[in-house]
This record gives sequence, C-alpha cells and structure tokens, in this order.
Amino acid sequence: MSNAMQTQSSSAMSESAVRQPQQRAVVPPVDVFEDEASITLLADLPGVQRDQLHIRVDGDTLVLEATALTGGPENMELVYGEAQFPAYRRQFTLSRELDTARIEAQLRDGVLRLTIPKAEAARPRRIDVQAG
Amino acid sequence: MNPMFRSSADLFAELNRMQSLLDQVFPATGTSSIRSMAGTTFPVLNVGTTPASVEVQALAPGLDPSSLEITIDRGLLVIAGERRSELPTSGERSTVYAHERFSGSFRRVVSLPEDADPARVEASYRDGVLRISVAKRESSLPRRIEVN
Repeated sequence: MSNAMQTQSSSAMSESAVRQPQQRAVVPPVDVFEDEASITLLADLPGVQRDQLHIRVDGDTLVLEATALTGGPENMELVYGEAQFPAYRRQFTLSRELDTARIEAQLRDGVLRLTIPKAEAARPRRIDVQAG
Repeated sequence: MNPMFRSSADLFAELNRMQSLLDQVFPATGTSSIRSMAGTTFPVLNVGTTPASVEVQALAPGLDPSSLEITIDRGLLVIAGERRSELPTSGERSTVYAHERFSGSFRRVVSLPEDADPARVEASYRDGVLRISVAKRESSLPRRIEVN
C-alpha cells in the first residue's frame, strides 16, 4: 500500500518539475553519518528560514530545496561576491531499509539536521541459538 | 619576493582558486556523489556598499554568536571563530559517509575602504548569516552644497 502511494506522489512531482524550469542553485555541503537506529544528515543552509525550506521524499529520492533571504539594504551595490545564488538544492538516493515516514527535520542557525530512522526490521538484532 | 619561488602552500591556494573558478564555469548539478567535496572557504563572504555604509555578509551557519571574534584594526575587518564538528567521534558505533561541512577554526579578513568609520559598526547573526555594517564617515557622505 505504501508503495502505491509513493508511485502516485512521484508522478505528481515529475509533473511539477516539468512545469518549473530548474533554477540555478548552490549544492550545500553535508555531513552524513549512520548509527544503529538511523542515518543523520547535516546540511549547511545559511540564510534559510523554516518556511523557505522544502524537504520531500519522491520514491527513493530525498530532495532538499531551500531559498535564502538576501538581506542587506535595498540600495546596496555588491563589490565582492563569493555566494552566487540565494537558493540551495541537493538530492540523495535513499535505500530501502530507511523509514521515510518518520524523518525528523530541525533547522537551527542555518544548519539542517535530518534524522532518517531505519525500519524496525532493518535494525541489527541478536539471534539466539536454540539448543536442540 | 620572486614569484617564481612561491612556497608550496601558495601553490595549493592557487589550485583551490582554480578549482573554485572551474566550479563557477561548470556548476555542480543538483545531484552529486554523497562523497564529493565542496572545497570552498569558510565562511563565504559577500561585500557590498551603500552610500552610507559598507555591508559585509558572512554565510557562517551553525555558529555560537558569542564565539565569534570580530575586530577592526587599521582598516582590516577580521572575522575569526571556530566551528565544532558535529560528527560522532570514532569509537562510537557509527559510520561517517560524508564530511563536507567545514569544521575547525577560521579567520577571514576584509580590507575596508578608506572612508569606513571603525567606531560605528553593527553586527548581527541570524539564520546562520553574520551581517556586519560599517558606517562611512560623515565627511565622506555625499551632500548638497547650497549656492547663496
């Protein structure tokens, strides 16, 4: 059943992707690490507020998209710029044992922390050997 | 110093610069290897001017604002601080797949224009962006001269 739902959402997503031409965006640097219970992803998204961050799971693809606020006075003239686009985009391929329904996201001081738990069945467990 | 005899550190700085130029011409696509390196300096800086001030923006996410050290000395604005790694330490039962985010201490220097007034500086930190506004001296502001 969950599979059918994912297929539906993926076709809806591809339609919207066709309608909106992809804008140029910065690929944000990430840290990814895994422990027994989950995979944690940290991404640098400076200048992004919570409502400007969009995280979606499309089939087995995790997509992060965000828009940063370009602060500063109206009449400012840029004289030196290393940051080029006020938008971020990056996607990852997830593996099957991850429980995408229970992803937790936290955004603090421009750092996104995503926790993707593993499905119960995929966690390591000890197998008892029965005497027989 | 003879430019032919640069230290090897300078050579790496040059290579980094070339790499960032290449990244600008051939920007990375949205999908990248989970192990790729971003290879940029930290924090990324943008500098702008308005008629009344010089604006410096540093994209420095995940910092404790109280740990930032911002100084102005002889026309140089120095932003220094440290960002701790949030990766689990080795020995814990975990595996690290990507380590692209900067960690460690950093220091960046911006040369301010002559008319910047080091006595009037404002700094704020929000959503991982440090904004520093240095006012220009009154004497350098454009003004209208009335003809009597």
